Amino acid sequence: MNPAPTEPLDSVDEAGLSPPLLLEGRGITKSFPGVKALKGVDLKLSPGEVLAVIGENGAGKSTLMKILAGVQSHDEGELRIDGQPVRFSGVEDALGNGIALIHQELNLADNLDVAANIFLGREPRRFGLMNTSLMHAQASDWLQKVGLRVPPETIVGHLTIGHQQLVEIAKALSVNARVLIMDEPTSSLSQHETEQLFAVIRDLSAKGVAIVYISHRLGEVKALAHRVTVLRDGENAGSIEKQDIHHDQMVRLMVGRDVSQYYALKERQTGEVIMKVDGLRTPHAPEHALHFELRSGEIVGVAGLVGAGRTEMLQTLFGVAPAVGGSMWVAGRSFTPQSAAQAIECGLALVPEDRKQQGLVLEMAIKENMSLASLRRDQRRGFLDFGSEQDIADRMIADMRIKTPSDMQQAQYLSGGNQQKVVLGKWLAMKPRILLLDEPTRGIDVGAKQDIYRLMEKLAEQGVAILFVSSEMEEIIGMSDRALIMHEGRLAGGLPRAELSEQSVMQLATGGDRP
Amino acid sequence: MKKIYGITGIFMVVFILTALMSSSFLTPYNMERLILRTSLFGIISIGVGFVIITSGIDLSIGSVICLIGCGLPWLLTKLSLSMPIAILVVLLATLMIGLLHGLLITKLKLQPFVVTLCGLLMYRGLTRGFTGDQTQGFGQVFKELRWLGEGRVALPGIPLETFGLPVPFFILVLVAILASIFLNRTIYGRYLLALGRNEQAARYSGIHTDKMIVVAYLICAGLAGLGGVLFILDVNSAQPVDFGNFYELYAIAAAVLGGCSLRGGQGTILGVVIGAALMQVLRNMITLVDWIPTHIEYAVIGAVILVGVVADEVVKRVASSRQIAASRQ
Repeated sequence: MNPAPTEPLDSVDEAGLSPPLLLEGRGITKSFPGVKALKGVDLKLSPGEVLAVIGENGAGKSTLMKILAGVQSHDEGELRIDGQPVRFSGVEDALGNGIALIHQELNLADNLDVAANIFLGREPRRFGLMNTSLMHAQASDWLQKVGLRVPPETIVGHLTIGHQQLVEIAKALSVNARVLIMDEPTSSLSQHETEQLFAVIRDLSAKGVAIVYISHRLGEVKALAHRVTVLRDGENAGSIEKQDIHHDQMVRLMVGRDVSQYYALKERQTGEVIMKVDGLRTPHAPEHALHFELRSGEIVGVAGLVGAGRTEMLQTLFGVAPAVGGSMWVAGRSFTPQSAAQAIECGLALVPEDRKQQGLVLEMAIKENMSLASLRRDQRRGFLDFGSEQDIADRMIADMRIKTPSDMQQAQYLSGGNQQKVVLGKWLAMKPRILLLDEPTRGIDVGAKQDIYRLMEKLAEQGVAILFVSSEMEEIIGMSDRALIMHEGRLAGGLPRAELSEQSVMQLATGGDRP
Repeated sequence: MKKIYGITGIFMVVFILTALMSSSFLTPYNMERLILRTSLFGIISIGVGFVIITSGIDLSIGSVICLIGCGLPWLLTKLSLSMPIAILVVLLATLMIGLLHGLLITKLKLQPFVVTLCGLLMYRGLTRGFTGDQTQGFGQVFKELRWLGEGRVALPGIPLETFGLPVPFFILVLVAILASIFLNRTIYGRYLLALGRNEQAARYSGIHTDKMIVVAYLICAGLAGLGGVLFILDVNSAQPVDFGNFYELYAIAAAVLGGCSLRGGQGTILGVVIGAALMQVLRNMITLVDWIPTHIEYAVIGAVILVGVVADEVVKRVASSRQIAASRQ
């Protein structure tokens, strides 16, 4: 859910004069072979302004940001900094002009320490050698500014994703960026870390740093932004001032049509118990024994802070991180899963958190990705059944409205939302009894998110039990029949729908007792 | 698909060039030898192709050829084992080697490079040991066995003394067809292709990746063993100190040229065979053409492989940017 709202910031000083535009784009156009990604987009940014840029996947947000940050250059149109036209020759040039881009996928060397990463390429020197003590001292300052309390000698690879992201931000700040472009910065952050980040953003904004904030989390946009620019299909679709920022309005502009209720809060019939977890111990947190049940047709959300062990629990249920104790009971069989193949046999399916590393073989065709789990079942004495493979592909692409020029397209060329649908398609082809979803809508645009929510509901109606992990409070509250909350490797508690609220979830997630 | 056209194109160019540059190239005797060598190297290249598809490598192939190539005649002549027993021993030896490689790599998570490098050293050393470093051969006996390597099948209308298709050629065709069916039409081939690109995702999809990797190393060792038998049958005289030396490099080069990326998950059997053919035509060219000094053989081959791989990368990037644009609808 949204962090507590704070005072709105003024971007207009007392004299009533608005400061000159820090960054301006006019008529930015960019084409790639076969497609026009941006068709004359305008952008305005003042010092200290927090501008949110929202739009569906493929709307052109990434391309626009890459142009602003110097990664690519525009074909037509004009970019101005402080009123002067510029054309960046590369990232260095843009950085030199004060524009820094913080990627969604982190750009850190995880075998080096924090200070080394912050000063990579600009290490302070003394007599030609690196001045490590100065580096560490300065790094500590920057870390303080982003509220990250780790020693600068810490190896980045040992930090959680959330902390790594804060290092990235510290790095950008250390080059005195005047414009920080953040691409989905909170997708891997816990609630607490998100609030930390917001505090940093507000602080920077007050100091005159402008922030361009790309996010699919409209709640955050509402809490943070002074203004919102909406892109759709490579064009400006609207601009919203702070007082007019509302969820429905944003979605309407993004999608171009009225979108009915985001989460449908339907009362669901749940059936019998279909899975029992009995004292299961994950290798990640072997000191805690997990106990819970799942009924067919119910959707259970799993909430918790980053590091609470939610992903690890799903991985143990699915057998990829075999349990070190306890057992599971699924539809009449009691066992302790030792491999994914075993779990699949019992009717489980896992849509993993990291779809590119664990969910898809990126260089393989969509069709082949979708059949991967069902090859064993559909084989004819060891031979591939191309017919059923084609059936699965046709059905899933149609049912889930996967946008692709062909089913032989490699999975890596799809947008995040479509990639997620391919992974789902793979598992739905197996007709699972129990569907485990790990952050099913992370990094996905509004339209695809809706599709996935509708799909979850349809499956639940058909009797599938769904257990989904999510870091988005809205999602947990909006989609769950009940929620399980984890805290540091153990199940802190469960909440029925009626008692689900941001407070009650956070209470348990931070180790408190049930309210 | 595009890769096949590339390698076939290069092959035809080199073939035609060699034919133009040397009058001895298109002679029946030379063609017979060329086809024979292509068949032998083709078989071992297919074996290493499977391993490369799993994003592994096998450096021990040459030494396995030495072990089996010297070991078989040794078993038959020095130990006087009967033919069936000797064949059985050889078969078991290759299975054990493949299993050893596969298990060390999957269970102990050792690097394929390291494991097979040790194999390269150990198997040859072992062979030199039990043969006393003596040359091995079949002599004039074992005619039925030797037919497998020396036999020729006459083509209609052409007398056998002039030209005949070597028996190993038919063995290659058989192996290639079986391998291609296995790779492209069975679920196991699909598993190998998937796990070669992304072992984690394959595992998360319920594939027994460890078992499949062991299978790949078994296939490789098995075909290396078969190659070893055919190589010794061809020359009928092998010195353990250098029999099969460097053959793994030819095999790997053929596989890479034929489309097996060392990153795994890619490759076609036909491509590998054409790659093997290309390697042999190149060697032929260097030997036959007067003004190319034979001692730069390795340099020429290395250069050709590099050019082939670079061209492949370039084509891939061009195709990739087109694909990206096509998807951003």
